[in-house]
Amino acid sequence: MIPLNNYLILGAILFSLGVFGALTRRNAIAILMSIELMLNAVSLNFIAFARYLPQTLLQGQVFAIFIITIAAAEAAVGLAIVLGLYRNFKTVNVDEINLMKW
Amino acid sequence: MTLKLGIFYLLAAFTVWAAAVVVLGKNIVRAAVALIFTFCGMAALYVLLDAEFLAAVQVLIYVGGITILLLFAIMLTSRISSATARVINDQVALSAIAAAGLLVGLIYASAQGIAALSGPPRLPETTPFLGRALLTTYALPFEVVSILLLAGMVGAIVLARKE
Repeated sequence: MIPLNNYLILGAILFSLGVFGALTRRNAIAILMSIELMLNAVSLNFIAFARYLPQTLLQGQVFAIFIITIAAAEAAVGLAIVLGLYRNFKTVNVDEINLMKW
Repeated sequence: MTLKLGIFYLLAAFTVWAAAVVVLGKNIVRAAVALIFTFCGMAALYVLLDAEFLAAVQVLIYVGGITILLLFAIMLTSRISSATARVINDQVALSAIAAAGLLVGLIYASAQGIAALSGPPRLPETTPFLGRALLTTYALPFEVVSILLLAGMVGAIVLARKE
């Protein structure tokens, strides 16, 4: 039997990789990819807990279904925003988009 | 080291390597393909966790939907120049410290709280179980998420159309 901590530590590694990517990448689409990575890590945690804790309704897996759904909606809207950004600024590098900086 | 543990370590190493390529890769198309590998690795891990319906949903929606959307957006927003442009901005050191601190904190919390959990020997068949749960106990979140998807679809079309 695989201990639960293995899954939790794997989820933690993926989540911190996603955090690092969301904070350092310049391309806006790469930032969205890092956010998807974070959501996946959280899903892994939920499903691991659904397996290892006595749950009557498999709440962990239900929550993971909702996470996948909301990630899909968020990716669609986020990419539409990135397209609008590209049309107006001709770039998707987020550190070149500084109109509102003083 | 049983076979299942060995398979887990193999899948975990594959997924972490693919995630590292997503986060650190210079070519954005390579990062998107590595994201596909990450999602497939996660689906395999879900199968290892007796969540077969979620593994199928993960492959269908993430690989078949979201990464295709990402590749379309990459295609529509790419520039021919910048083969040697930087991919990482100036905040590398601080973000690395923050991410490492988060990782240490999460590993510490995981090791502290849950000593030796083994869980039930076998989960029920997840697909009919989840179907029943989504239509009885979780009917309200199910309908709300449908409305969210509708709003997201309309919003994305409005935001992305040509003026």
